Amino acid sequence: MSAAMLRTLLVALLLAPLAALASESIKLDRAPDRATNQAALQNGARLFVSNCLNCHGASYVRYNRLTEIGLTEQQIKDNLMFAAEKIGEPMGISMPRKDAKEFFGAWPPDLSLIARARASGDGSGADWLYTYLRGFYRDEARPTGWNNVAFPSVGMPHVLWELQGEQVMGADHKLSLARPGKLTPKQYDDAVGDLVAFMVWMAEPQAEFRKQLGVAVLLFLAVFFVVAYAMKRAFWKDIH
Amino acid sequence: MAGGNFEKFKSDGSLLGNVMEWVDARFPLTENWKGHLSEYYAPKNFNFWYFFGSLALLVLVMQVVTGIFLVMHYKPDASLNAAGVPVAFASVEYIMRDVPWGWLIRYMHSTGASAFFVVVYLHMFRAMLYGSYRKPRELLWIFGVLIYLCLMAEAFAGYLLPWGQMSFWGAQVIISLFSAIPVIGGDLTTWIRGDYVIADATLNRMFAFHVIAIPLALIGLVAAHVLALHEVGSNNPDGIEIKKNKDPKTGIPLDGIPFHPYYTVKDIVGVVVFLMVFCAIVFFAPELGGYFLEYNNFIPADPLQTPAHIAPVWYFTPFYSILRANTVNFFWIDAKLWGVIFMGLGVMILFFLPWLDRSPAKSIRYRGPIYKSALAIFVVAFVILGYLGMQAPTPGYTVVSQICTIIYFLFFLLMPWYSRIDKCKPEPERVTS
Repeated sequence: MSAAMLRTLLVALLLAPLAALASESIKLDRAPDRATNQAALQNGARLFVSNCLNCHGASYVRYNRLTEIGLTEQQIKDNLMFAAEKIGEPMGISMPRKDAKEFFGAWPPDLSLIARARASGDGSGADWLYTYLRGFYRDEARPTGWNNVAFPSVGMPHVLWELQGEQVMGADHKLSLARPGKLTPKQYDDAVGDLVAFMVWMAEPQAEFRKQLGVAVLLFLAVFFVVAYAMKRAFWKDIH
Repeated sequence: MAGGNFEKFKSDGSLLGNVMEWVDARFPLTENWKGHLSEYYAPKNFNFWYFFGSLALLVLVMQVVTGIFLVMHYKPDASLNAAGVPVAFASVEYIMRDVPWGWLIRYMHSTGASAFFVVVYLHMFRAMLYGSYRKPRELLWIFGVLIYLCLMAEAFAGYLLPWGQMSFWGAQVIISLFSAIPVIGGDLTTWIRGDYVIADATLNRMFAFHVIAIPLALIGLVAAHVLALHEVGSNNPDGIEIKKNKDPKTGIPLDGIPFHPYYTVKDIVGVVVFLMVFCAIVFFAPELGGYFLEYNNFIPADPLQTPAHIAPVWYFTPFYSILRANTVNFFWIDAKLWGVIFMGLGVMILFFLPWLDRSPAKSIRYRGPIYKSALAIFVVAFVILGYLGMQAPTPGYTVVSQICTIIYFLFFLLMPWYSRIDKCKPEPERVTS
């Protein structure tokens, strides 16, 4: 790369934030918090495996880790493990990268961390996913026939369309349901809430344990503080 | 014993006494224990601001220890694994998910990086409050600024290692800055990267810097910093020398108390309070809203996809703002080079602080209204610069950052003048409580 190119690149990088400013922030819907709801997490896992895991991997998550959301190894093997032999294997996909690139024009990103990566000043990653998965609408201008309010010109078609039905964008920039799906809008929102909860769990499976441990650690430190402060007072009583 | 050195420590006949006598004849253990702890006399009037030196040492130790365990599992490798993820990025997630307690070690290390800058910034501000850099502590201050420089290099190198989008593109922006240097700039950046782009070679050398080169320098400088401190003695909130008033019989400063046990037990209280804040972040908000772990860094580095908004981590942003504030070409030098020059000067100017300050009083307690106002305005400008460095620039923000940049430099450059004409109050003879 020549010096001139580097200079152009640097200028572009320094100006890049301007481009970010141009893309206005979007209003995100609040995802329901189901981090400790095992039934929701299990339903989310089912939805994830049957709808997302065909193209997107979750390659940092091992199948046996799903025991932490209340499933037995046998349940995992029978109901969720279609693309792996052993329970300790990660949730990868069998589609080769090269093919994926050919089919979709881009490699569908690994979703293990998507709930953390999509957080922004607009809201949490869960909020973004919740808005995104409910924000597909028909757009004939797009090669897939679908567009999205949270992700304009998205490359992915609406995989869950059978469940949600087809939304269209009105002249008032509001979405309305043109053709109903298998689920009512309320049921669909509920299902997406479960799916998002699972993706949040997947991004950091130990998050709930981390918080529980944190309470214990802070309680210990509170006791330690009393002892340390009493010791300081005792040593310093003669210093004026 | 002939030729022995046993007079330094006389055993009382107990086992421990015998061991101490044996060791002291061969190594200055008791001498150092006394010189640096039990008979190092520190002023008795230390306040809140004096916790941050020992806390910086604590964070340093914590970073080294957690770092050792991270290196056992981390792989500095930019090639893609079978799942199409860079090995380095995947190894960090491996630590987070598959290594027992790996998530805790990693969060302690990532939170520790920010905590280090928090305590060091507060420690430096303390020096500015009480004139701790003034004679005879100039060298102590210079060692401190060198530590701060090492810390910035350490943080920069470490931030590349997770090999996320912000790691990659942040490094791209910062390393590209060197290309602003005339004539050699282009070749210099290639030399730094070890490739024409940020690549595996860059990752591996940053790993070497982060785990060996800079920590070695850092620990050496910290040792020099502490030795210099114990040579001249600690300053205090009154900014007066406790060594001027010694007990005529013992030679011990009248306002001094042994560091151990008095300040060791006091610092433990500081450590516990610090750990409460630190653990609250580690356990409940390890990303701290994107300030400690940037959201974009959960996406693996992709050289073909530039993120819309590239912002450095918070501790670099004041200087990043100074860089971006330079938007005018003058004297045949283009704005970008001025940005790099001013950013460099912004850090380097700290070295000259001991000689820029001409105030008769050291401590803010006895300084006049001019210095008090100047310091307050400086702090506000520095915080605004830090905030703006995280934001996408707008024409309005750019003007604000230019004003704050000017304030930043004027604080130092005008100091020889305003610190001298300030109306100071007389300093007390003895420390006040």
